[in-house]
Amino acid sequence: MNEHKTHISSYGSHLLVLLILITLTVVTVAITSVQLGAFNTTAAMIIASTKAAIVLLYFMHLKFDDKIFRFMVTLVLAIYAVVIVITFFDYLYR
Amino acid sequence: MEQQATLHASDEHFDPVGAKIGMWLFIFTEILLFGALFIVYTVYRYRHPVEFHLAHQELNVTIGFINTVILLISSATVAMSITALQTGDKKKTQLFLMLTLVLAFAFLVNKYFEWGAKFHHGIYPGSDFLLNLSHGDILFFGLYFFMTGLHALHIIVGIVFLLWALVRVNQGRVHKDKYVFLENGGLYWHLVDLIWIFLFPLFYLIH
Repeated sequence: MNEHKTHISSYGSHLLVLLILITLTVVTVAITSVQLGAFNTTAAMIIASTKAAIVLLYFMHLKFDDKIFRFMVTLVLAIYAVVIVITFFDYLYR
Repeated sequence: MEQQATLHASDEHFDPVGAKIGMWLFIFTEILLFGALFIVYTVYRYRHPVEFHLAHQELNVTIGFINTVILLISSATVAMSITALQTGDKKKTQLFLMLTLVLAFAFLVNKYFEWGAKFHHGIYPGSDFLLNLSHGDILFFGLYFFMTGLHALHIIVGIVFLLWALVRVNQGRVHKDKYVFLENGGLYWHLVDLIWIFLFPLFYLIH
């Protein structure tokens, strides 16, 4: 049935991913107390998106799974991005 | 009935990729559900920046941070349980799954105390205290209770899902060569983590 071998992530790699995610969480908390003006929210969102990408790629296995999954997720995120852009265009220039 | 009989009789119709695509499709509906709520949040925060900033100071960053770490660890343990099952280590699979469930429960306990403290201060949807605050405060706490509440509901569903996976592992119905059920449970659990990754900075860390 499935000819290609399944990729098995090691415990160590999961641990490493976990440590990176916790580090990013600490960074995002720390950055809140630094005065960066409007960039604070941007920074928080960039860090959150990075964490989300790591979870999707490694924990949710998109990096190693069939390409179809990566394609579907990208498509849905693109649709969501379009919805955001249209909503705010409508909202800001009404 | 006949259909069920064939399902049990043989696994020739067993399709792990199809099962996983189904799970992902469901996850997409969840992403769009929370995605819409995040847009609502953004618009209201844009309209009431001062109130949102003041209201968020009521939230306990420490509890939020601890819960974030709890969820991240639980995501790692559920991923490790899949690694264990793939390598045929049933004992470790069970161990990691139980660890995940304990962490999930710990998250809910934290949430209970967090919400309990808010209720104690008279902050809950529709409370007299809240209704006397400004429009922006009401919106902030309304979104806070609704979005974290909906997320907590997902935690409970995730616990049931993973508990079910654990039972099936115990029964030997989910095993080394047939583990998509556990994989899908894991995917759902990671989704819950994914949503929290955005909820945490948006509610607890407004600068």
